[in-house]
Amino acid sequence: MPMSTRASGWPSVAIIERPSSIEPARKPPRYTVWRALLWPRRQGAQRRTARVPWVPIAIIATIVVMAVFAPLLAPHSPIDQTLRDKLLPPAWMGGGSDKYLLGTDAFGRDILSRLIYGARVSLLVALLALTVGGGVGLAVGIVAGYVGGRVDSLLMRLVDAAFTFPAILFALLLAVTMGQGLGTLVIAVSLLLWASFARVIRGEVLSLRQRDFVALARVRGCSAPRIMLTHILPNVLNTFMVLVTLNIGVVVIAEATLSFLGAGIPPPTPTWGLMISEGRGRIADAWWVALIPGLAITLLVLSVNLFGDWLRDRLDPRLRQL
Amino acid sequence: MTPAPSGETILEVRDLHTHFFLRRGVVRAVDGVSFSLRRGEVLGLVGESGCGKSLTALSLMRLLPKGSARTIKGEVLLDGDNILDRTPDEMRAIRGRRISMVLQDPQTSLNPVFTIGEQLREAIVRGYRRARSEVMKLAAAALRRVEIAAPEQRLGQYPHQMSGGMKQRVVGAIAISGAPGVLIADEPTTALDVTIQLQYLKLLKRLQADTGMAILFITHDFGVVGRMCDRVAVMYAGRIVECGPVQQIFEAPQHPYTRALIASVPKMTGPIGRLTTIEGQPPSLMDLPKGCRFASRCPQVEARCLDAYPVTVRVGDQHTVDCWKVAGS
Amino acid sequence: MKRYIARRLVQGVILLALVATIVFFLGRLTGNPVDLMLPEDATAEDRAALTRTLGLDGPIFEQFAIFVGNALHGDLGTSIRMKQPAVEAFFDRLPNTLALIPWAILLGMALGIPLGVVAALNRGGLLDRAAGTVAVLGVAMPSFWLGVLLIFVFSVELGWVPSGRMGGPAHYILPVVTLGTFLVAGFMRITRSAMLDVMDSEFVKLARIKGLSESVVIWKHCLRNALIPVLTLWGVFVGNLITGAIVTETVFAWPGIGRLTYEAVIYRDFPLLQAVIILKSILILGINLGVDILYAYVDPRIRLA
Repeated sequence: MPMSTRASGWPSVAIIERPSSIEPARKPPRYTVWRALLWPRRQGAQRRTARVPWVPIAIIATIVVMAVFAPLLAPHSPIDQTLRDKLLPPAWMGGGSDKYLLGTDAFGRDILSRLIYGARVSLLVALLALTVGGGVGLAVGIVAGYVGGRVDSLLMRLVDAAFTFPAILFALLLAVTMGQGLGTLVIAVSLLLWASFARVIRGEVLSLRQRDFVALARVRGCSAPRIMLTHILPNVLNTFMVLVTLNIGVVVIAEATLSFLGAGIPPPTPTWGLMISEGRGRIADAWWVALIPGLAITLLVLSVNLFGDWLRDRLDPRLRQL
Repeated sequence: MTPAPSGETILEVRDLHTHFFLRRGVVRAVDGVSFSLRRGEVLGLVGESGCGKSLTALSLMRLLPKGSARTIKGEVLLDGDNILDRTPDEMRAIRGRRISMVLQDPQTSLNPVFTIGEQLREAIVRGYRRARSEVMKLAAAALRRVEIAAPEQRLGQYPHQMSGGMKQRVVGAIAISGAPGVLIADEPTTALDVTIQLQYLKLLKRLQADTGMAILFITHDFGVVGRMCDRVAVMYAGRIVECGPVQQIFEAPQHPYTRALIASVPKMTGPIGRLTTIEGQPPSLMDLPKGCRFASRCPQVEARCLDAYPVTVRVGDQHTVDCWKVAGS
Repeated sequence: MKRYIARRLVQGVILLALVATIVFFLGRLTGNPVDLMLPEDATAEDRAALTRTLGLDGPIFEQFAIFVGNALHGDLGTSIRMKQPAVEAFFDRLPNTLALIPWAILLGMALGIPLGVVAALNRGGLLDRAAGTVAVLGVAMPSFWLGVLLIFVFSVELGWVPSGRMGGPAHYILPVVTLGTFLVAGFMRITRSAMLDVMDSEFVKLARIKGLSESVVIWKHCLRNALIPVLTLWGVFVGNLITGAIVTETVFAWPGIGRLTYEAVIYRDFPLLQAVIILKSILILGINLGVDILYAYVDPRIRLA
């Protein structure tokens, strides 16, 4: 009988026959961050084999280089004021000069140099906050997940509480009571992170706890702390790394917001948030002061998020619901 | 006493092919299925999990899961009309009115946020304006038909307030509310308690007797087949390997697979012995052999079974088998 | 259902107590709370008076008791800069913020939910990816930068809308858009994933078997179920809104509680900040409780449990 599935609205289809694929007999290697970057994904993996996001990686690399080599790269000092040269537009606009590629602010400070040094602050705070906040979250997650029982309930109540209240408020309070500074800022930003880390890690640990190698360790007489450290911890590191990359954006924006609100690192140290705050008043006649740092923030966060998504898809697609 | 099937064919399926087109290959889930269903008769479609029964049903309703599944060949003649040709709009009008379906799991078949009454109302009203009171009366009547007590109260209830058996009855009420000529029952009792199963089957039989509709009864349970069906079609790896009246199939199964299936149903009478099982696994639907698909597990396999797919042999009135052994020399 | 509400209420009160305790201790941490709470030009007499009223020379528990006692009487300290009771200052400004927030929520839902449904229907297609890009961008932009950018484009360059301060309807446009942008991204995301989950359900199949039209299946059967998980994330949204309001009101010079928070930080007005945080917490808890009740009402499985 001739095929007849061609009424409007229904696609007409041809019969496509493909040869059966040959499945590899050995187990695929465990995926780590390095393998994800270096080895191409085997065929037969998920449909949307995301291509490596080169542009975001390039942007991230550029900013990291900027931050690390700031003293070498910045054409001027970020804090020296040259009132003579104040509010000059960027080089490509009328009135601008090649001396100040991205223009100057109200105090005659070079925007480009401040941008470069600002990257330092953003990345440094990000690194520290992710270590502290992520570390605390990791620890809480492991303990809550492994020990269970009342300890788990209590810790999870704390986590729920942390989710309910915007940590920014506490961050502001810290800044006022303990004074502005790097330490306060790192603690404040860490407050934002730990709860989501704790929750996800706990979930991982709950499922790991059932596995045979844990039972074996217990039978051998390993103490709980030892098991948590030597058996559980290495197995959640993958998830932890993904969480870290996914949260870099959050941290950068948090730091920028706190700086914008005057609760971050005090001037004259240039931070991107502070630059936007300072430039805000002059938006009418000197838009570059406020808008360029914001563009940098957006690009960085966008790149980091895209990279984080790709990494998550490669390493642990179960985290997709985050 | 069910009225004898009137002899008139209401549903005829010819050479139906529904395949899944994946990157890795093509899954030929329904691979040349043909059968006919007459008015008022109950045809059982039996087979193990994964043989393509449910997908056949979905193909008939044209409700294939979105994505890679497509019906690429064949005809489905409902009252002489090839519904594979219909536009989506036309198909929508046909569903529920001329052909309908009861799903397997009562826990998930009903929308949890709407009342029973609302879900029945949708089925009854179907785009025509009717007074609300009239619709509610019809809904209550529908519930009464499926033997639900105190139907007016039930109308205001939500699915989670009912037991599984009751939910399945509601699903049945919804399915027959349009007075379809053909009802497809996709393993309707599999998810029910054993004690409820029997009640439900009796209900189904009664409804069928009242309305004279034809039922395509899909199941993996041969015991249920004996109770419910007039004829039965046995499906294996995407094709129907044997089809015939229930009595004949039970007394003299021709296909080795059918024989094995019947033998594996534990019997309540007779000496207690080991349960018989069928060795091996069905072939992967992506990688089907060119010969008989049951060959790898068949106790009576011959050389020619591996070379080509068996021909269809008529062994009795309306009884067909696809088997080389039966075909003889 | 009543038990459910009662339980949420008790949880809320406990959380509030926790917040108040933390705030209290942070204030006393620095070792010189008097300095925090008085302006720089305070006399020795002022200091002595404050020390007495707050019991600052006594044991910490007494101080806490006084703190709680005052709080329950509605006294959360006096703003250094504004020289009025902090609670008063808060309630003066609260209506202005409350005028802004519903519009932002409306914008978020009106754009976000339909976008989410469309994205789910077009899964993997062009519309889905476009919507996804919008969502990703929405999350990457710092809201204060977006606000400044919008001011620059629409107020400075194009002159279409005023750049700040509270006033007639035109004054609302930019702040609402700034505040609502993140909500759009958020709503879109959850709606999309909730819809994708629901569209595979068996009852959707039954709806199609009944012969219902596609739009009824999607917009009535699917969406209604998909909205339930959307509601659960409201709590997170409320928190974001309150934070977002701080920044948005600052950028647009909107005289609400967000701007009040900013002023408290900039001028190191500790009593005001302390009060604002506690009052905002009450606000957030209240809204969360309201959402929980709404959620229990919307999902019949909870309402009739």
